Amino acid sequence: MSDPPPIRILLAKLGFDGHDRGLKVIARTLRDAGFEVIYLGLRQTAGSVVIAAEQEDVAVIGISMHNGGHLTLGPMMVRAVADAGLEIPVVIGGIVPAEDVPTLREHGIFAVLGPGTALETVVATIHAAAATHDGMVG
Amino acid sequence: MDTDATSPAAAGPSPTATSDGTRVGTTTLGGVPVEAVYGGADLGEPGEYPYTRGAYASMYRDKLWTMRMFAGFGLVADTNRRFHELLAAGVTGLSTAFDMPTLMGRDSDHPWSVGEVGRAGVAVDTLADMDDLFAGIDLGGVTTSMTINGPAVTVMAMYIAVADRRGTPRAALGGTIQNDILKEYQAQKEYIFPPAPSVRLVTDLMRFTSAELPRWHPVSVSGYHIREAGSTAAQELGFTLANGFAYVEAAVRAGLTADEAARRMSFFFNAHADFFEEIGKYRAARRIWARWLRERWAVTDERALRLRFHAQTSGVSLTAQQPEVNIARVALQALAAVLGGTQSLHTDAYDEALALPSEHAARLALRTQQVVAYETGAARVADPLGGSAYVEWMTDELERRAEAIFSHIDELGQGSMLDGVIAGIESGYFTGEIADAAYRYERELAAGERIVVGVNEFTEASAPPPSLQTIDPRIESEQRTRLDAVRRDRSSEAVARALACVAEHAGDPTRNVMPAIIEAVHAHATVGEVTAALEAVFGGYTEAAVA
Amino acid sequence: MSRDDALDALLTDARHGSRRALGRLLSVAERGGDAASALDRRMLDAPPPLWTVGIVGAPGVGKSTLTARLVAAAADGPTGPVPRVAVIAVDPSSPLTGGAILGDRIRMQGVGSRPEVFVRSMAHRGDDGGLARAVPIAIRVLGSVGVATVIVETVGVGQIELEIIHVADTVIAAMSPGWGDAIQAAKAGLLEVADLFAVNKADRPGVADAVRDLEQMLDAGLARGSGDGRAWRPPVLPTVATDGTGIDGLWSAAEAHREWLVATGGLQRVRDERIRHEIGRRAKDLLAGRIDARTAELDLATARQTPGQWAALVAADVCAHADAPGTSAA
Repeated sequence: MSDPPPIRILLAKLGFDGHDRGLKVIARTLRDAGFEVIYLGLRQTAGSVVIAAEQEDVAVIGISMHNGGHLTLGPMMVRAVADAGLEIPVVIGGIVPAEDVPTLREHGIFAVLGPGTALETVVATIHAAAATHDGMVG
Repeated sequence: MDTDATSPAAAGPSPTATSDGTRVGTTTLGGVPVEAVYGGADLGEPGEYPYTRGAYASMYRDKLWTMRMFAGFGLVADTNRRFHELLAAGVTGLSTAFDMPTLMGRDSDHPWSVGEVGRAGVAVDTLADMDDLFAGIDLGGVTTSMTINGPAVTVMAMYIAVADRRGTPRAALGGTIQNDILKEYQAQKEYIFPPAPSVRLVTDLMRFTSAELPRWHPVSVSGYHIREAGSTAAQELGFTLANGFAYVEAAVRAGLTADEAARRMSFFFNAHADFFEEIGKYRAARRIWARWLRERWAVTDERALRLRFHAQTSGVSLTAQQPEVNIARVALQALAAVLGGTQSLHTDAYDEALALPSEHAARLALRTQQVVAYETGAARVADPLGGSAYVEWMTDELERRAEAIFSHIDELGQGSMLDGVIAGIESGYFTGEIADAAYRYERELAAGERIVVGVNEFTEASAPPPSLQTIDPRIESEQRTRLDAVRRDRSSEAVARALACVAEHAGDPTRNVMPAIIEAVHAHATVGEVTAALEAVFGGYTEAAVA
Repeated sequence: MSRDDALDALLTDARHGSRRALGRLLSVAERGGDAASALDRRMLDAPPPLWTVGIVGAPGVGKSTLTARLVAAAADGPTGPVPRVAVIAVDPSSPLTGGAILGDRIRMQGVGSRPEVFVRSMAHRGDDGGLARAVPIAIRVLGSVGVATVIVETVGVGQIELEIIHVADTVIAAMSPGWGDAIQAAKAGLLEVADLFAVNKADRPGVADAVRDLEQMLDAGLARGSGDGRAWRPPVLPTVATDGTGIDGLWSAAEAHREWLVATGGLQRVRDERIRHEIGRRAKDLLAGRIDARTAELDLATARQTPGQWAALVAADVCAHADAPGTSAA
């Protein structure tokens, strides 16, 4: 068992927004980069994401947003994670204008992967996020 | 909102796209007279079975495609004002885009509606909203297109109820409702109930309009969203036509004839970047549809065999980088749709990669169609690329690939396309195939095997992208106030009674739910309440457990 | 905090109902190695779960929805701070990259958020992982913190589904109507592993045929345990997971199987068999590395021998050093 175990990441979309093309491409990209992707899919709430994240013991939560609700839902997601006593970095992908990124970072979003982000950047960002997650026992 | 012909705000006093086909001319710029169609008998003729070369004999010389443009927003009063501007400019077809809560069959006060009310379309919760949306408009004198699927029965019922109240005969109502639920499970994901009862709602609406609204088009089978979700052209073709066959089969099971069902069905395809593949796709679509209907369902009515479609340029092909380049992309995609024989076209605004379109960009998009129509000469001759060895081969090849998809679906359904499509939805076949294709494309892009100008080649340090259009938060509170007022002023007993009746009829597959829903909306039941009544019987739906 | 203290703290928290601690412990089990061994040693005096149910089925038979329904049935009843029911959903890993997309929670959403239910997705992580290695420890951990019922759901692909008998007391095979399903089931070896058959999507045509085909094959004596005198004849039950039809009957039948196991002493017997299987598999794992190492050292030029003769030599060498370091691990 010399290889490190795969990093577990949770991917989801919140609310009505049904644009999941990007999320599915990211799921496949991370699978092929050796991650274990817990795919929650559409119509999640911050609460359902937190429940899944603690049961699945994931290192990163990835949320995809295409409906312009990121300034509300992003901070809400970070708060829900903190309220549950979890220390799991939250990454947002999808349509997020560059001008909103500093605000999201201030609210504790680890990174924002906007339109046209190269796949290798996605993988590197998730690795960086996972590295901040508190470590495993043993 | 889409608009038939030009919007005055977007287009000014330019020529509107009416049936004035002669304006495309019969001579070239250099004065050379040209025929309406070229080619030998072996190529087939436009307007003749199997319609590979076009739905109609003289195509755009008789009738130019309809130019539809997207805009849409806010409260019903805002959209109604825009409708009146359009009508004043001579437009006869109105086109309505609904906001996300309405598309999902939920009211504006649903917890998930926050931030969504009136944002990407108009918010409609109640009969009062529908009435105000069309205030001052003679419903018998216009045609209306409504882009809605999951709650299509409820929204249609509201439109009919408004006509009833105004004394407009139902038979006078003309228009289209998208009502294509199958592609929602495959691509757009705006479903509410499980597939089988949802298809029953589609056929209930088909039966109802067939009996009472003979001018209405109750289904627009849409491949556009399948392609936007990442499918290939062949998958768009194969999945969309399979869905069309599924609706015909469902309608026949529900008691319509295949001729009756297909006659009022139309299609909606993507106009994507790969020029000749797109043209082959449209040509193959017409041929396949005619052939399958004739051979499998013995359809003889020409109006049923002849596939007519709307096309829209590809939103996902637009880039946030160097956005002006999108104008060139849209022009070429529009040209492909025209050379493929579209009946109607929407061109995307170049700034759509990051935002709802600006007025300036929407005007440019319309101008682009006008250049294709009036300056290029592309509209002068029917199927001008027919007979090109490459285009004929591409048409055949896409047909072969679509047929392979049909075989698989037919096998899934053990001889039934309807059962096969539903089985493919539930097993995640469609979503898996589409996501795999999207991923393959992204990897090819990452590896530099495909080039997108300004994205992975010919890049420039670009200015910050435009911001998303923000919507006035007062729209949401005003819409909630309207909704509260309706809830306060109506008879809650009558609503409860009407909704119980909706549930009862929904539970009896031999009945048509439309009359009960029309009664319920007359009693001022909301979109969300009708959805809840149906959901209590049908249950909800969660996507297939395959990413 | 030392590793042992950390494990003890997590176990204490999990026994008081912390989902986060339980999630962490399952990661330890899944990761294997010394930490998993240390965790497993703490399970020696802990109670096992009362019941472990396995659900297998090919993609497209509605297995996730069926599992969600059964979880809902199992979740009803008195509950304390610890979830009554845990689901372990196992999906294959990519053999090339080791990554995986685990999508089973999608269909668990209704029940997955209930306080009585705990859902964990696991990747199979190759032949020596997942179902074979991590799940047995995970089941012991779940039992030790007070989970009553563990449901293991796994995809019906290749050999994975047959491994289910090595973790579950009661195995439910899910299939859907359609020609040849019973034959496919027989070919896949499902008839020998399943204690109950659910013919799901029973609102579709062909249910009667599927049920009849299965019954005939079962009558022909192909069922699990049919060789011993206390034979259990697997029932074949139609279900419609999407609307819940037949779920109560399926769950009752599964409970009847458990009662039969208890009454015949079969529960202890299958659990002993399972432990023996795990011991044997792990012993082989321990030797495998040393066999590979010894084989690599062989100088094939030194003697003209058949592969069989070489193998006998390697086995003799490895057994002669059976007390070598490493064998006592785990």
